[in-house]
Amino acid sequence: MLVNQFLFLGAILFCIGVYGVLARRNAVLVLMSIELILNSVNINLVAFGAMWHVTDPSNLSGQVFALFVIAIAAAEVGVGLAIVLLIHRNRQSIDVNDVDLMKG
Amino acid sequence: MLALLVAQNIAFYVIAALMVFGALRVVTCKNLMHAALWLVLVLAGVAAQYILLAAEFVAITQVLVYLGAIIVLFLFGIMLTRTKTGTDDNLNNSAGARRMAALIGVLLAGVMGYSLWDGFGKREFGELTVQRTAEVSDSIFSTYLLPFEVISILLLAALIGAIVLARRD
Repeated sequence: MLVNQFLFLGAILFCIGVYGVLARRNAVLVLMSIELILNSVNINLVAFGAMWHVTDPSNLSGQVFALFVIAIAAAEVGVGLAIVLLIHRNRQSIDVNDVDLMKG
Repeated sequence: MLALLVAQNIAFYVIAALMVFGALRVVTCKNLMHAALWLVLVLAGVAAQYILLAAEFVAITQVLVYLGAIIVLFLFGIMLTRTKTGTDDNLNNSAGARRMAALIGVLLAGVMGYSLWDGFGKREFGELTVQRTAEVSDSIFSTYLLPFEVISILLLAALIGAIVLARRD
C-alpha cells in the first residue's frame, strides 16, 4: 500500500469538511463538518504513525496523537452542542448567519 | 504476501469510495437526520481504515467514542433544536456562497494533492506490523504522560463548561 493513498483520502475528506463549514448555515451541520475535518487529520496521523512504526517499532507517536485528537474532538462537540442549544433557547433559531451580535 | 496486499488495496479503495460518497452526502443532503446517518458511514469507514493501517486500539476507540457517543450527541442536538421534521430548505447558504465554498475546497484539494504527491510520491509502507495496545499504553504513560494529564483536565473543564452552558437556571 502506498502512503499517499491514505494521505489523499485525508486531504479529500478535509476539503469536503471545509466546503461543509463554509456552505452550511445550520450550526449542527457546521459541527458535523468540523468532525469530518478532525477525522481526516486523524487518518493522516495514523498513516504517518504506521509509516514510522515500520522503521522504528518503538515509535507510536502517531497513534497517541490520534487518541489525543479524538479526546479533544469529544470535548469540542460537547461544548459546541451546549452553545448551539443555548443559542436555540435564546433565539429560536440555529442559523449561523443570525448570530451576528458581535459583528462590527 | 502479494495476494494479501491486493486484497488490502481493494478493501482500501472500496471503503474510501464509500467514505467520500458519505462525506459528500453529509455536506449536501437536505435532511438533518440523514446527514447524521451518513456521518455514521464516514466514521465507520475511518475505523476500517485504521484496521487496514494495523492500528487496532485507535480503531476500537474510534468506534466507541465517535459511533457510540458523538453520533448520539449529534442526534440529541438535532432533535432538541429542530422545529419540524422532514426536509428543511434553510440548511444551506445562498448559491453564490456555496459556489465560492466549492471553489475554495477544490483549490485546497489541488494544493494539498500536489504537495502530497511531490513529497511522498510512490513511497510504500513496507511490512506493516500490528501496533499493539500494550505498546500504545506504554507510550502514553511514559513519553506522553504530561499531555495525557493535561487532556484529562481539559475533558473535566469541557464537561463542567457544557453543563454550565446548557442548564436552565
